[in-house]
Amino acid sequence: MIVIGIDIGSVAAKGYIISNGSHHRAMIPSGWSPREAGQALIDQLLDASGLERDQVERIYVTGYGRVAFEHADKTVTEIKCHARGVAELYPEVRTIIDIGGQDSKVISTGEKGQVLDFAMNDKCAAGTGRFLQVMATALGLDVSELGDAEDPRQMQTISSMCTVFAESEIIGSLARGNPKGGIIAGLHQSVGKRVAAMVRRMGIKEQVAFTGGVAINPGVRRALEEEIGTKIIVPGACQYTGALGAALLALETLRRD
Amino acid sequence: MADYKQMWANLGMDLEKHDVLCEVLPEAFGGVYLTQQDRPKGMDFYDFVVSEIHGVRPAEMLQHQKEGGKVFGTFCVYVPDEVVFAAGGIAAGLCGGSQFWVSGGEKVLPANTCPLIKASVGARLDKTCPFFLIPDMYVAENTCDGKKKAWEILAGEVPMHIIDIPQMKRDRDVAAFEAEIRDFVGVVEKVTGKKITAESLGEAIKLINNKRRALQRVYNARKASPVPISGKDALLLTQINFYDDPARAAQMANNLADELEQRINNGTGVFPANTLRIMISGTPMAIPNWKLHHIVESLGAAVVVEESCTGTRYFENLVDETATTLDGQIRALAERYMKTNCACFTPNSARIDDIIRLADEYKVDGIIDTNLQFCNLYSTESYLIKQLMTERNLPIMHIETDYSEQDFEQLRTRVEAFLEMLRK
Repeated sequence: MIVIGIDIGSVAAKGYIISNGSHHRAMIPSGWSPREAGQALIDQLLDASGLERDQVERIYVTGYGRVAFEHADKTVTEIKCHARGVAELYPEVRTIIDIGGQDSKVISTGEKGQVLDFAMNDKCAAGTGRFLQVMATALGLDVSELGDAEDPRQMQTISSMCTVFAESEIIGSLARGNPKGGIIAGLHQSVGKRVAAMVRRMGIKEQVAFTGGVAINPGVRRALEEEIGTKIIVPGACQYTGALGAALLALETLRRD
Repeated sequence: MADYKQMWANLGMDLEKHDVLCEVLPEAFGGVYLTQQDRPKGMDFYDFVVSEIHGVRPAEMLQHQKEGGKVFGTFCVYVPDEVVFAAGGIAAGLCGGSQFWVSGGEKVLPANTCPLIKASVGARLDKTCPFFLIPDMYVAENTCDGKKKAWEILAGEVPMHIIDIPQMKRDRDVAAFEAEIRDFVGVVEKVTGKKITAESLGEAIKLINNKRRALQRVYNARKASPVPISGKDALLLTQINFYDDPARAAQMANNLADELEQRINNGTGVFPANTLRIMISGTPMAIPNWKLHHIVESLGAAVVVEESCTGTRYFENLVDETATTLDGQIRALAERYMKTNCACFTPNSARIDDIIRLADEYKVDGIIDTNLQFCNLYSTESYLIKQLMTERNLPIMHIETDYSEQDFEQLRTRVEAFLEMLRK
């Protein structure tokens, strides 16, 4: 049985191909066209696994681009897919924090990886990858450099939750000669606080996993652990759990049918 | 649409700006409404009203004024329309529901004001809505801080009467509201130059009650499975009832109810019988705000009831018709209006009881509790609602949103994930 799961996010498109037990994964930038990104990703996955398009029995698509991508057998929300993907890797997890490019989610899951409840940020970029991207630009860095550049010992707390105000706060902080590493630690803390508030509202049930592109950043993970007061698991392939979940859900329905 | 350009120009409207609105509305309406399958024939009337939205009813109101009648613009379901109609006046709900007017409101209001207030103020100041320009008087109220202060700004534009709505529901609060209605009778008599009598108020009470009964019939039909009418269509009907002639509104709603009852007898509906049934609770959705209903229903679930001002709060309770004196009628009005449960009251546990009752009556699978952005009252109340619904194993999700399209995809994801949860 051969299936593909694709997660077309706002920044990156991630894919998983599962063929009779073995699997491959791939990731490309989403670019301006989710449809083209999805197609390119499928081609890459087929290349990597040495398979042909017509051998693939089912394709499930999730993420923001799911609606635009027309070759899907089914679209599923990323909330359900992350829950399924994480349950496969870490069955003990009951709370998933997913921070992607344009939103942050907290998902409460049951024993079989089913979604029990979830929360998502309202119309606001605070506490998302976008927030960190805007701040990185203000600091003259790439968003991928933030994690290594932080210095929590010199923490400069950012009080503004709003992306726009936080940016001017940072510029002011730099102007006062505060250390960059401390400012970055403050940014991570601000994302941590914002998302932790959402987690607490949902109720913290261990174990807690952290997924999405922002989970690569060890500073945000540190801040979240401090705020929530518990250890957090970051899967090695933290960006792929949505795509993995989509592929697994495709596989399950294929088996059932 | 018939040509209303001269009428709009006479009202002092900004025609150029208004043209932009006239261009986008039919497209939006077509996409949201006319794509639906098996709509009741009875919706034709409401489609017609939308197609002539700034023409046909404003023309009637202007004709009424020409004949010496007065028009009162209102913004809240706590304003007793009965008093206005008893004096031969017309009361029309004015709340703005389009992003189009928001920027006009933002010229004078703080950014963290709810879109309903921004749109209402913007529609008046930008002169792009005839309904806002026609009234001889606005009858406003102090149900929230945002509205309270916005009226002070609009008072420079149009004569304004403010009704003081109590914030608690003790006996003395109901008595205070009774006194407010008494004052309002005096104000309306002065503006219209007509005396309100026990006879005219009694008739007006029946007139508005009949509209409420007709709406109740339509809503009762929504309790059936398969549901005979979409949530979007029911919402449109309620929205139009806020400013249509009450007698015609009742007749049209009754016609629609006849058709829906026939559908129930035939076992036909607009969604399959196993469709997920959703209640939307929270803040009002003024015309043309159809955003959340459209998201839910395009994902294959049905909105079967709205616990909101553009829903059950508008018509659930009737005014006692047995009083024969003005005093008795005013008391009956106060008692009826104080039964409505809005988050501006404290404590407000009766609203939570309403939601639990409606969930049962309409056999809902899940509740989407929603509030317009920056509505502190409903957004705070959502916490208790979620807690109490969860205790009863009623799945619930909270959504805060506004009139813009920016969060459309994000909301779609959230609603879709909620429906995925319910389907298990």
